[in-house]
Amino acid sequence: MPRITAEEVRVVAHLARLSLTDEEVRLFTQQLDTILDYVQQLQRLKTESVSPTTHVLPLANVLRPDQITPSLDPETVAALAPQRKGRFIQVPKIIETEPG
Amino acid sequence: MNYETTIGLEVHVQLATRSKAFCGCANNFGAAPNAQTCPVCLGLPGSLPVLNQAAFELAVRTALALNCQITDRIQFDRKHYFYPDLPKAFQISQYDQPLSHDGHLDIPVQEQTKRVRIHRAHLEEDAGKLLHEAGDGASLVDFNRAGVPLLEIVSEPDLASPDEAFTYLTRLKLILQYLEVSSCDMEKGTLRCDANLSVRRQGEAALGSKVEIKNLNSFRHVRAALRYEQERQVAALQSGQRIAQETRLWDAALERTRPMRSKEEASDYRYFREPDLVPFSVSPETIGRVREGLPELPESRKARLMRDDRLSSYDADLVTSSRRLADLYEATVALHRQPKAVANYLISELLAYAHVRSLEIEAVAVEPAHLAQLLQLIEAGAISRPVAKNVFVEMIESRVPPGEIVTRKGLGQISDGAALEGIIAQVIAANAQTVADVRAGKASAFQFLIGQCMKATQGKANPQRVAEQLRQSLSQQTGGS
Repeated sequence: MPRITAEEVRVVAHLARLSLTDEEVRLFTQQLDTILDYVQQLQRLKTESVSPTTHVLPLANVLRPDQITPSLDPETVAALAPQRKGRFIQVPKIIETEPG
Repeated sequence: MNYETTIGLEVHVQLATRSKAFCGCANNFGAAPNAQTCPVCLGLPGSLPVLNQAAFELAVRTALALNCQITDRIQFDRKHYFYPDLPKAFQISQYDQPLSHDGHLDIPVQEQTKRVRIHRAHLEEDAGKLLHEAGDGASLVDFNRAGVPLLEIVSEPDLASPDEAFTYLTRLKLILQYLEVSSCDMEKGTLRCDANLSVRRQGEAALGSKVEIKNLNSFRHVRAALRYEQERQVAALQSGQRIAQETRLWDAALERTRPMRSKEEASDYRYFREPDLVPFSVSPETIGRVREGLPELPESRKARLMRDDRLSSYDADLVTSSRRLADLYEATVALHRQPKAVANYLISELLAYAHVRSLEIEAVAVEPAHLAQLLQLIEAGAISRPVAKNVFVEMIESRVPPGEIVTRKGLGQISDGAALEGIIAQVIAANAQTVADVRAGKASAFQFLIGQCMKATQGKANPQRVAEQLRQSLSQQTGGS
């Protein structure tokens, strides 16, 4: 029984904004299935006594003082974008939440 | 068939820090586009976020004022979605270990107190701002707002009407202002609100389908949108339709909600722990200290003013309706122990002054010492009320003490009999017809003559004295004829 279906691959691809051909979906489903199968080996370990680790360093409450530090030059920022208009970054028109 | 409405509100409040949540870029409104950005808030590779201490403290302060429990182990998570205003393609937010949870806010509903439960209040970062250009098929992005600290305050669905929702928001905003954690300016977007509403037949156990409403730019819009949505859903149910669970946008111009085109088939934010931020905790000692340091909140301040200063509920409500106004009231009363007179003057004159000029109370500079002196001048009869009105305006605008304005401009009230005599004689001579009307028993004609005397003295005459002497003069003349 496969660990991941072609349908799930399509959903993940959509969420990641990847456009895949049917051939790619087939290929990636098979490859991801192999990877998941490999990772599956971890399931054999007894982990009841191990607490989830999201940070490896025993650090907590790392804060910085509320002080303003210099920002980048807006010219540099705008130059980073593939498209710009003045000092704005230009993107294709977003219509989803716009009234009208 | 009766229907019940259930409303929950999500309020996003920008915290008034100097710098952003996770980097040192300035947190202020109105800078040139993308002038307040850096590798961290732009999500450039290799940059690392570090939480702003002030943002954390303001959030804890607010959570405690809203009677929330602070979570033992506070963690941050990444919420993933693609949108051009989100440079990292995820928002640093909180998922299963939010800053705080299970609080409440008491609101007045029909002379009673209703407890609205707060589900949670958590910290997250704001997104950038999108500008939609007309015509040329492009949107523009300004990332100055990206990374600004936000506190998201989520109520339980405890509100039963659009009016209750309005009251909740008004109260919440007032508390936030008293806490001085945010400017709470909806026009500048430092306070934003999303609402959700469902209706069900009375007595039904399960809640109806929940509709989320966005694009609410003022509390009035929130109330109007909720009223519209309530009616729409009841009408749909009555005609046998089902309510779709969806997100709708409020169209303020058309005064209706309409479905929003879906962003993604289903929200799948793929939350996972933010590995770049460590866990946070707040010690019981700190919680105790912050709680001790909370300012007196509007409800208890109102109760105290009613008890100690014997203000009416109405006056106390207005005086405490802004922290600045309440502070000004108390500082003035400390100098001039006439609570009722101080409250009246603030309510009638200061609120009117601000209203006429479309100013926030916070923007009007009044010295408590000046206000106290002005009230003393009025009470001593040194200036008339109409003159006081002008002195009040001048005192605010010039910051000169009222006593000095009165002396310099010779605005002292004329109560001297001899001085008034001449003025009254002139007015009588110039208004023969009106004088005849007064003798014929027309009361309004008498008021007109007083008005003429006031006018002749630019409002400086003592109106009571004028009335007395005018009455005397008229009766003497009658007697003499």
